[in-house]
Amino acid sequence: MAKGTDESTGISRREVVVAGAALAAWQHSAAQLSGNPAAMQAAVAAFTGGRTPLPGRVELDIAPLVENGNTVPVSVRVSSAMTATDHVRRIALFTERNPQSEVAVFNLSLLSGRAEVATRMRLATSQRVLALAELQDGSYRQRAVDVVVTLAACVEGG
Amino acid sequence: MSLRALLHAPSQARVGEVVEIRATAAHPMETGYRRSSDGDLLPRNLLRHVSATFDGQTVFSAEFHAAVSANPYLSFWLRVPGSGQLVVRWVADGGITHELKHDLRASTAAG
Repeated sequence: MAKGTDESTGISRREVVVAGAALAAWQHSAAQLSGNPAAMQAAVAAFTGGRTPLPGRVELDIAPLVENGNTVPVSVRVSSAMTATDHVRRIALFTERNPQSEVAVFNLSLLSGRAEVATRMRLATSQRVLALAELQDGSYRQRAVDVVVTLAACVEGG
Repeated sequence: MSLRALLHAPSQARVGEVVEIRATAAHPMETGYRRSSDGDLLPRNLLRHVSATFDGQTVFSAEFHAAVSANPYLSFWLRVPGSGQLVVRWVADGGITHELKHDLRASTAAG
């Protein structure tokens, strides 16, 4: 492979190596701190106040195969009319094997109009991502998606 | 210190229309788990909270943890209650805050 910038992509080898090293460090610390399914359960219980979430109504849109765990687009949509009698109060994202289970909590209102949020998240390794929604009646709904993180850059960097 | 941020929202909409608001802030979202090239643990520095109000009424807020990517991106929706001002406010570690204002003109005419 030629030194310097790969003209087809404009990305230098150095940039690839540095990105890989950063990801490797993140992965390494993830393993060290050993985020685990039990921690996610505890975080979920803290969010729901111990109530058991039911399946359905929540859509979690995230790629099942991710190359770069540093920035993974994710969106959550809950089927809800967002009226006074039928609306979503909160949406939350959790991970099973990141150093910390909590990712983000979104607080909605009747002015939200649509129970949909999107952001970009980090994934330390292949794992399950969980979206939860709290409805106006105090019940919880959930949707989980298994994501495989390939981290192709790490082969060279780490 | 302050943050740099971008806010994308329509300037015109119909009353009752549901519009997407997109907000991005320039922030490293340093997790506190990474080490520098010298081996020192980089101190945690996170953007923690984003909130949006429309003419003083709360529309939406978000709490971010370390697993939100650097330069946090957020998309949410607003049911336009009428003409007014959308204010989005970011709060980061170190007492750093930033606020952007966006005027939205609402029309009642159908179509």
